[in-house]
Amino acid sequence: MLQKIYDWIDDRIDITPIWRDIADHEVPEHVNPAHHFSAFVYCFGGLTFFVVVIQILSGMFLTMYYVPDIENAWKSVYYLQTEVAHGQIVRGMHHWGASVVIVMLLLHTLRVFFQGAYKKPRELNWVVGVLIFFVMLGLGFTGYLLPWDNKAYFATQVGLEMAEQVPLIGTQLKILLAGDATIVGAQTLTRFFAIHVFFLPAALFGLLAAHFILIRRQGISGPL
Amino acid sequence: MHKGKGMKFVGDSRISAERKPNIPKDYSEYPGRTEAFWPNFLLKEWLAGAVFLVGFLCLTLAHPSPLEGMADPTDAAYIPLPDWYFLFLYELLKYQFASGDFILLGMLVLPGLAFGALLLAPFLDNGPGRRPHQRPVAVGMMLLGLVSVVWLTYTSAANVDWESRAEANKPIPASEVTIDTEHPGYASYENSCLACHGAELEGGAGPTLVGIDLTAEEIATIAVDGIGSMPADQFQGTDEELEQLADFIITVNEAAE
Repeated sequence: MLQKIYDWIDDRIDITPIWRDIADHEVPEHVNPAHHFSAFVYCFGGLTFFVVVIQILSGMFLTMYYVPDIENAWKSVYYLQTEVAHGQIVRGMHHWGASVVIVMLLLHTLRVFFQGAYKKPRELNWVVGVLIFFVMLGLGFTGYLLPWDNKAYFATQVGLEMAEQVPLIGTQLKILLAGDATIVGAQTLTRFFAIHVFFLPAALFGLLAAHFILIRRQGISGPL
Repeated sequence: MHKGKGMKFVGDSRISAERKPNIPKDYSEYPGRTEAFWPNFLLKEWLAGAVFLVGFLCLTLAHPSPLEGMADPTDAAYIPLPDWYFLFLYELLKYQFASGDFILLGMLVLPGLAFGALLLAPFLDNGPGRRPHQRPVAVGMMLLGLVSVVWLTYTSAANVDWESRAEANKPIPASEVTIDTEHPGYASYENSCLACHGAELEGGAGPTLVGIDLTAEEIATIAVDGIGSMPADQFQGTDEELEQLADFIITVNEAAE
């Protein structure tokens, strides 16, 4: 039955080459912890992606309750924490995932750096990876404001003051982020929400796709 | 992909009528103990992922995510603190050479140089050698950066009293109690109860009276006889005033629900 469905689809959209492209790639001995335990360092990248998936899923569930509005943002988070079934776990996963993803990214970066895996021909993939790191830090910064508690508000205010001190474009940069030259308020919250939920994830998905396509193209770097 | 004359297509599409067999590649010719990603290695990877997930969920359950009180822009006493992964930048800006007149140095130049070098690492360290001892400059700079970030983060975090911070900023939902001072029982409340139970029944020396599950008679009894550490005879007045007082407390409770 399943085979028939597969054949029916394959007959129409020629899915086999696509599927074999995804499924067929070799895992060399030196990256396989089953053969050399020290190869667990090669897991850091995959685990980073795993945490990113956790972040996406838990974030999707958080938006079911979260309201990006200064009157209700804190209340909706408080409600989620105290009243909603498993709300505390979902928010906890998103909160701790944000930290764990930075840790895993750092470990992955250090593995690639100290092994010199970014050397020719893999320079571009390193650049893409560092851009992913920057996007992640941006996601951390914009996500910090969203619960609209004191910690979020004042940390964001400091961040925006720093943005304002950038020469030439400082004021414009602050207005772009905060929606106003002086007020950190309703506009700021909706802008940070939009950046956190739409702009940066869009950039992240594009960069992740490029990262993975390049890995498949170039293969994993050989043993030292 | 197969190309050329004599190709057959499915209908009028560009899909080849010839089916490719759906069989995995043979890895026996590959060096060492190379194995297939699908499905052999993916199963092991899932196992590692499951172990990681269990650890992660334990962390989540053991430490519920923190939430402070609702943002209050007028709270001038609040000391802002970024998330831990920005602490090193925050700490850097406390140094004399990175703040005040030199703020751009601390805010843009130093982090810009560090992160710019990280971004362009493959072009700065472009020799053929991959081993760390073959590229001492690159490895040295990375270690220097790493040590400074760890040190800055540590000094910043070590000076914060996390527990008293959390204690001072507990999340308290805004009071939604409306006090009807025109209520006949309010005068009795003001005279007999307000000193300990607060102007909005929020509590003080005594517990809050919002959200109590008591009948009017029980409230009246407590007002006269006391309960727990509350002494008797707090209420001084007529029986009618006592009835109105109990009704007042019940009314506020019903409105707050």
